[in-house]
Amino acid sequence: MSVHASAIDPSQIAALRAAHPRAFSKSAAERALLIAAAAGVLAFVVFCLIRFDATPARIINGMERFGKIASALIPPSPGDAFWDLTRAMLESIGMAFLGTLIAAIIALPLGFLGARNVLPIRLIRFPIRRSFDFLRGVDSLVWALVYVRAVGLGPLAGVLAIATTDIGIFAKLFAEAIENVEKKQVEGVKAAGGNAIKTMRFGILPQVLPIMLSNVLYMFESNTRSATILGIIGAGGIGFALSDRIRAHQWDQVGFIIIMIIVVVALIDFCSHLLRSWLIKSGLRRPLVPTPDAVKPS
Amino acid sequence: MTGNRQVMLFEEELARLRRRQRIQLFGFALLFLVVFQFAASFSNFTVERLAAGLPRIGEYLGMTVPEIHAGTVTSDIRTWYYGFTKWLQLLGDTLLIALMATIFGVIGGLLLCFPASRNLVRHFWLYFLFRRTAEIARCVPEVVYALIFVVAFGVGPFAGFLALTAHTIGALAKLFAEANENIDERQLEGVRAAGGNWFEVIRFAALPQVLPNFTTYSLWRLELNIRSAAIVGFVGAGGIGQELYQAISLNYYEDVSAIVLMVVVTITLIDLACEKIRTGIIGKEALQ
Repeated sequence: MSVHASAIDPSQIAALRAAHPRAFSKSAAERALLIAAAAGVLAFVVFCLIRFDATPARIINGMERFGKIASALIPPSPGDAFWDLTRAMLESIGMAFLGTLIAAIIALPLGFLGARNVLPIRLIRFPIRRSFDFLRGVDSLVWALVYVRAVGLGPLAGVLAIATTDIGIFAKLFAEAIENVEKKQVEGVKAAGGNAIKTMRFGILPQVLPIMLSNVLYMFESNTRSATILGIIGAGGIGFALSDRIRAHQWDQVGFIIIMIIVVVALIDFCSHLLRSWLIKSGLRRPLVPTPDAVKPS
Repeated sequence: MTGNRQVMLFEEELARLRRRQRIQLFGFALLFLVVFQFAASFSNFTVERLAAGLPRIGEYLGMTVPEIHAGTVTSDIRTWYYGFTKWLQLLGDTLLIALMATIFGVIGGLLLCFPASRNLVRHFWLYFLFRRTAEIARCVPEVVYALIFVVAFGVGPFAGFLALTAHTIGALAKLFAEANENIDERQLEGVRAAGGNWFEVIRFAALPQVLPNFTTYSLWRLELNIRSAAIVGFVGAGGIGQELYQAISLNYYEDVSAIVLMVVVTITLIDLACEKIRTGIIGKEALQ
């Protein structure tokens, strides 16, 4: 049945509306529910603002001061500390690199211990896996705070803090990668008379190594981001310079540091992305045995 | 003897590949050592310093372990958690910061994401402006926002809420915009053909397609925000983080372990709850 728009008169629309009210608008109950939900959220927001002690005077004063800060951030300038800041930035990157490296080295054996197909005893595996979760669950900034108290101010605390959180993350990721390996190759090594170590080395490791490397690169990327802020609580790197400049109200340098962080993080993201895609591709392309045409007699 | 010849060729090829592999390995090892040397020298990292530091860390962590004796377990735990109600309140504050930041972040993200989607805006410059703003807002870490807002608005959870909101708006606007760019164009055309203006196109064609994605992203962001809310307190932005920072700086060792344990348990429980809700939503969508 075809109907022309001009042929529909308002009474027909009214009849349709009466017959199918849900197609035209929400029912009264639905509307009431929506209003109640909105009112609930609004009440929650008001309650929170009161609890946060956000009086109008405070908000207005704060906005005023924030406006001043924002205008002081522009134009950003390194002042006379350009090389100091560059050095601090490199220190942050170095912290991320070393922290990731240490974590990866320690997590490699732990990953095997946490994998179901390597260590089938549930009673031992369970506490190991939970301890990974604990290391992971505590943020690297908390670890950094503890380590600054234990080993003193400076980048060493930052390196150790990054390493501690990452051991938990890597061990979990590695264990999961190991649990997902192809069984056939493991059985092949076993059938050829390999012992447990050889099974891991030649049956499991070649399968999971590209995944692990890709994970490590990815975490290096994310650790660069955290390494830039660890310094705020005294664990070395550009963050230390940042909190220092904020305390001294040198806003032009603060602006410069923030831009520096954004640019460096973007740059490292880009490089690591390239490297990871190259790694995955070359892992697929690499011939494990000489290709048939190389063996063909010429 | 073609057989022997084939074996010989195979051996030659194998030796060639092995050699190439060895050269590659050597090159990588060299590159790695150079980078390692740079990293170590920039961050003053030496084995001696590490060896001197590790025992002190062990000592420190040992001191945070509470004394609990078999005979007096309940009273020992009560002494350990003497500040339980205060900490619970502060933990509540932290959760409120995270929830508020997520609510306002979702509102801000919703407002920003549509002009930041390439397929929904005609003018390239408008899209470019909104998209870059979102990306830059997302690139600045929460703690840096917190440092600045603490200076502007004073110490307390309000600064933390603002800091998290600023970061969340950027992060969600970018994620939402990416979801928007993957929607079905035909529905947009349908609403346009029926005479809908830009707002009606967004409301009736774009939003229904992306709402489930938006919900899962927002829940995921809530989890992240709870973690960050516990952290921003370190720079004076309220909640349990501020208390933890004080406990660590004043060397209240047992308080440190008590608070960290509370935070980790809370975060784990909330992660599990969010996971349940998320699978619930995804499951329901899959059934439709």
